[in-house]
Amino acid sequence: LYYQVLNFAMIVSSALMIWKGLIVITGSESPIVVVLSGSMEPAFHRGDLLFLTNFHDDPIRAGEIVVFKVEGRDIPIVHRVIKIHEKENGNIKFLTKGDNNEVDDRGLYKEGQNWLEKKDVVGRARGFLPYVGMVTIIMNDYPKFKVCI
Amino acid sequence: KTVEDFTGPRERSDPGFVTFDITADLQSIFDWNVKQLFLYLSAEYSTKNNALNQVVLWDKIMLRGDNPRLFLKDMKSKYFFFDDGNGLKGNRNVTLTLSWNVVPNAGVLPLVTGSGHVSVPFPGTYGTTK
Repeated sequence: LYYQVLNFAMIVSSALMIWKGLIVITGSESPIVVVLSGSMEPAFHRGDLLFLTNFHDDPIRAGEIVVFKVEGRDIPIVHRVIKIHEKENGNIKFLTKGDNNEVDDRGLYKEGQNWLEKKDVVGRARGFLPYVGMVTIIMNDYPKFKVCI
Repeated sequence: KTVEDFTGPRERSDPGFVTFDITADLQSIFDWNVKQLFLYLSAEYSTKNNALNQVVLWDKIMLRGDNPRLFLKDMKSKYFFFDDGNGLKGNRNVTLTLSWNVVPNAGVLPLVTGSGHVSVPFPGTYGTTK
């Protein structure tokens, strides 16, 4: 029994190390995210998995797909950058919009906030796998399922 | 012309109006792993206020299987082309570039900029609307 517990602990710590390692390598606090809404269809659907990087020196440019969090909210949003205004010192403000949405994201930002800044960005979408994230969504929608696992 | 920009802070900003033609053949980009292309036309320019500005004027989603040849004429911009300030008037160098995001069935998401671009100088005075 002792051996089994140790074995299990090894597996858990390896998984944790890999995850933390990913966070360091990509520079993003959340290098793998699940797409939660249909606002980027037909490119991404609910349940798709996105791989992000967040290198500090990577400039934000129009057309990039970024994952950001609105101040005070926990849910990351995956949309495309449609406007940027960058000052010489590197200060940048930008606007986003979901491909499948009619209007830009100003309605999603904080009250009175009209632009996003670098600090709101969790990462840039670099790669993607379809459907794989469905497990997380099912577990969230049906907590009973989580208990089963 | 200068117009109140209700979408931003309550200051006056310059809106720009651009019409354009696009002829393109994107057949060679589509392969077995390309689910769709997200095409967009962006305008890039510098102003006194901001060293770099990029505004997406128009975009289109092209799915694999759609006609890969574009032959668009006299298109108007889909999105409001507001500057952050008054930097469009008399701006000699607004560069329009067509770029696209390749969305694969699975894998990496590259952003590609088309080679070649058009530079458009903006008039030095405000125009009037029809």
